[in-house]
Amino acid sequence: MSGSNHISRRDFMKLTTGAIGGFIAAVIGIPSIAYLISPALREDKAGKPVSVANLENVPVGKPYPFSFTVTRVNGWERTSTAYGGFILRRSADPADVLVLSSRCTHLSCRVNWNDEAAGFVCPCHDAMFDIEGKVLYGPPPEPLGHFEHEIDGEGNVIITPVEIKEG
Amino acid sequence: MRALWQKLYGWLDERIGFDDFYKNLLDRPEPRGNWWNTLGSASLFLFIMQVLTGIFLTVYYNPSPDHAYESILYIMNDVQFGWLVRGIHHWGASLMVLVVFIHMLRTFVTASYKYPRELTWLVGIGLLLITIGMGFTGYLLPWHQMAYWATTVGTAIAGSVPFLGDFILQALRGGPDLSALTLQRFYAAHIWILPLLLGGLIGFHLFLIIKHGESHWPDKED
Ligand code: HEM
Ligand code: FES
Repeated sequence: MSGSNHISRRDFMKLTTGAIGGFIAAVIGIPSIAYLISPALREDKAGKPVSVANLENVPVGKPYPFSFTVTRVNGWERTSTAYGGFILRRSADPADVLVLSSRCTHLSCRVNWNDEAAGFVCPCHDAMFDIEGKVLYGPPPEPLGHFEHEIDGEGNVIITPVEIKEG
Repeated sequence: MRALWQKLYGWLDERIGFDDFYKNLLDRPEPRGNWWNTLGSASLFLFIMQVLTGIFLTVYYNPSPDHAYESILYIMNDVQFGWLVRGIHHWGASLMVLVVFIHMLRTFVTASYKYPRELTWLVGIGLLLITIGMGFTGYLLPWHQMAYWATTVGTAIAGSVPFLGDFILQALRGGPDLSALTLQRFYAAHIWILPLLLGGLIGFHLFLIIKHGESHWPDKED
């Protein structure tokens, strides 16, 4: 062993103190930070699919309203939020179905179907959407969102309770 | 780099006096002691650890009868490292009472409470009582059956004091029975009142120790 990779006692002490100190800092620091930000790391899981109506009851060509609640657990508290939407049968073909959300894309008021106007009217800031959810007038920046859906053997409309925005 | 750091250190030291702190706090003369002399520092360490883990627990704990226990379950099951933080606080509490008590025994056995350290001893009694108070108030916070009945019994014992008993019991419980008010005031005592008192008294205790220096370990001549 020549002097080339010789470490002085002082440097050795500095190195080990630094290493052990860093190790202790990590052992204390990582759990501390993880503890504090823990709720922010939780992924927001999509709720279970819900059955919202049976096609038998849904007339062709007229939006059919439905609503459902999603319960979220935040720490030690449960919050139930009501969501709603409309099922639209564009034709008698059971596959030709659109499931719209009733949440206005402006500031989240609930839109209602208005027969006379033949459109969805938002009560908050005088806006209107057409039967397929496109903005006719008013402040909303984009069309109504929709839900993905499936129709089972008995004609139940089963939706995935996550609103999907239109492009 | 190094020169800059030394300049900064020199500037701060001139105004704050780190070196004086160092000389007076850490470089003071100590008599020949042994491991029993470390128990006061161990108590101090445990106090600091309880304060830190306690602050962390308040991030999720909720002192209301409806949610207290659920919030504890949440900490234990869902918060990352929640079991660790609560575990340290839980076991640290018992350990602290034990260590403080043995520290008192050692100062008693070595007769360190004599002149000029009587006040150190008296302050120490306050420290022991408040430490026990911390344990008593903390025990109720999970608000499960064990906590509820332990506090029912504990406050009832305090209520058996002659004449004043009934008043003490009502003051502790915030009324004749254990209620949301009891939980809330125990919480206030546990996280604000008692720790601040304890911290202040520890400061005074340490001031006295530094002022008088440590007593020497008794030998044959004492
Ligand atoms: C929160 C609780 C306490 C803390 C943090 C604490 C802290 C300390 C520290 C750091 C020392 C110097 C080192 C040592 O001798 O261990 C000390 C000494 C002393 N403590 Fe405590 N202490 C506490 C409770 C008590 C209690 C309950 C008593 C007695 C009733 C007490 C009486 C004394 C005395 C008389 C000394 C002087 C010992 C000597 O000079 O040799 N302390 N304390
Ligand atoms: S929220 Fe619907 S128009 Fe403003």
